[in-house]
Amino acid sequence: MAYSDKVVDHYNHPRNVGTLDKSAAEVGTGLVGAPECGDVMRLQIRVNPETNVIEDAKFKTFGCGSAIASSSLATEWVKGKTIDEALAITNTDIVKELALPPVKIHCSVLAEDAIRAAIGDWKKKNNVAETASVAVAH
Amino acid sequence: MSNEMSNSGVVISESSAPLPAGVTLPIYMDNHATTPMDPRVLDAMLPYFGKVFGNAASRNHMFGWEAEQAVEKAREQIAKLIGATAKEIIFTSGATESNNLALKGIAEMYRERGNHIITQVTEHKAVLDTCKKLEKQGYRVTYLPVQADGLIDLEDLKRAIDDKTILVSIMYANNEIGVIQPIAEIGKLCHEKGVIFHTDAVQAVGKIPVDVQKDNIDVLSLSGHKIYGPKGVGALYVRRRNPRVQISEQINGGGHERGMRSGTLNVPGIVGLGAACEIAGQEMEAEAKREKELRDYMKAKFEKALDYVHVNGNMDHHLPGNLNMSFVYVEGESLLMGINDIAVSSGSACTSATLEPSYVLKALGLGDDVAHSSIRFGFGRFNTKAEIDYVSDKVIDVVLKLRELSPLYEMVKEGIDLTKIEWAAH
Repeated sequence: MAYSDKVVDHYNHPRNVGTLDKSAAEVGTGLVGAPECGDVMRLQIRVNPETNVIEDAKFKTFGCGSAIASSSLATEWVKGKTIDEALAITNTDIVKELALPPVKIHCSVLAEDAIRAAIGDWKKKNNVAETASVAVAH
Repeated sequence: MSNEMSNSGVVISESSAPLPAGVTLPIYMDNHATTPMDPRVLDAMLPYFGKVFGNAASRNHMFGWEAEQAVEKAREQIAKLIGATAKEIIFTSGATESNNLALKGIAEMYRERGNHIITQVTEHKAVLDTCKKLEKQGYRVTYLPVQADGLIDLEDLKRAIDDKTILVSIMYANNEIGVIQPIAEIGKLCHEKGVIFHTDAVQAVGKIPVDVQKDNIDVLSLSGHKIYGPKGVGALYVRRRNPRVQISEQINGGGHERGMRSGTLNVPGIVGLGAACEIAGQEMEAEAKREKELRDYMKAKFEKALDYVHVNGNMDHHLPGNLNMSFVYVEGESLLMGINDIAVSSGSACTSATLEPSYVLKALGLGDDVAHSSIRFGFGRFNTKAEIDYVSDKVIDVVLKLRELSPLYEMVKEGIDLTKIEWAAH
């Protein structure tokens, strides 16, 4: 199967690989997927408590090239955005940007889930009320 | 986790270093899928695409006789490799057809005697799908499980045979995990019970000694392109004595091949298959030793450089040219992407709609996560030591980098039990 140039680029040079301190109040961690499904994504964000801007994002992913690319792209996109702006990112945006074929759409869904899970975790820690639109996606 | 690592500088795959001597890319190491044709086989075939074009069934002129002579020579070459006689070899279009002909042909021929067939879960789809079709037609099929090492339990087989059993079909060696079944014992058991024994020997013939007499085999499928011969040609061995096996033809039209498989013979392909068998017979012993050494060398390199690796399948009953390894916490397809100048196969099926990993690996009892992490290396006649060094180093390099990216590897290293986590399957 041929990968798009953007998937190959993210795979070869993944952005924002790493680990944030998950016990820190300003860090939200989303862990989605399952090993038996062949992909697990962990996406972490560090949120400025004054501005609600995501100042840093890190990821680690077990999964195929498209899963790695989707989560790498997600970290790139959420950085510098506010929580609400980040929640507006959808899997179809990721599919379009990376030109994912239909069999790889689940990778983009997982990346969207990871963003929402990380934000959900941060909100829980900081007692920010969940609204319908920000419910964690699983 | 207190440290805030920032290893954004991870680079998975970048080939800037000059290639070692003797290595040209891409490297082919998927020799269970198919093999490159041996130039000697091609040389043997070429005249039969041109000057010697006759129909082997033309009895009235020399064009036909020449073609027939070539076909009969090939029949001898194939028979010799497996301890059969030439008359017991039926030419087909390949092993899928051979398996179909064997199973359907025997089921149909012996329908009066019984309707029960025994096979096992790690067979090739050419056998499994044929069995499924036969089930729809009223046959009863038992799919024996395999043990964790990939071998069937002979006691299971003994228990499964009943008075309606007409056929046992167990592959000689597995195409994914390279495990060699106890064929001679299975054959002996079948003969004691008066049951016909078929084996799909596609991966075994030409690679390890196969002898239909010693192995008590009644019907055997083999293929040209797995043994450095051409695609589109295969054969079915059908025993003529002790017992004489009869097969109901599945293709009608002219009664070629003793009535079991009509159709004008593919003379160039058959000549190629014969030549491939002769070469394999001559070189098997030395080549098996060489491939096994390369295989063990690669395995040792992986085990030295990496933690959480393990081999799949019993290594004592194993094809010399097969290594199936799980690089746990690294997903197989992402590993293949990092070594895209090397042709191997993955047990992961991330591209399929079902996301199901290999059914063979699952049959061993491997967790899906481990099955997703496995790679099949197929060593062949044209692989060199320099290539094996290159491939091993490259795989190790990419596995190490992907593990830097793997949340599972990080968690395991921190002592977290992954089985205790409630995963949100999607």
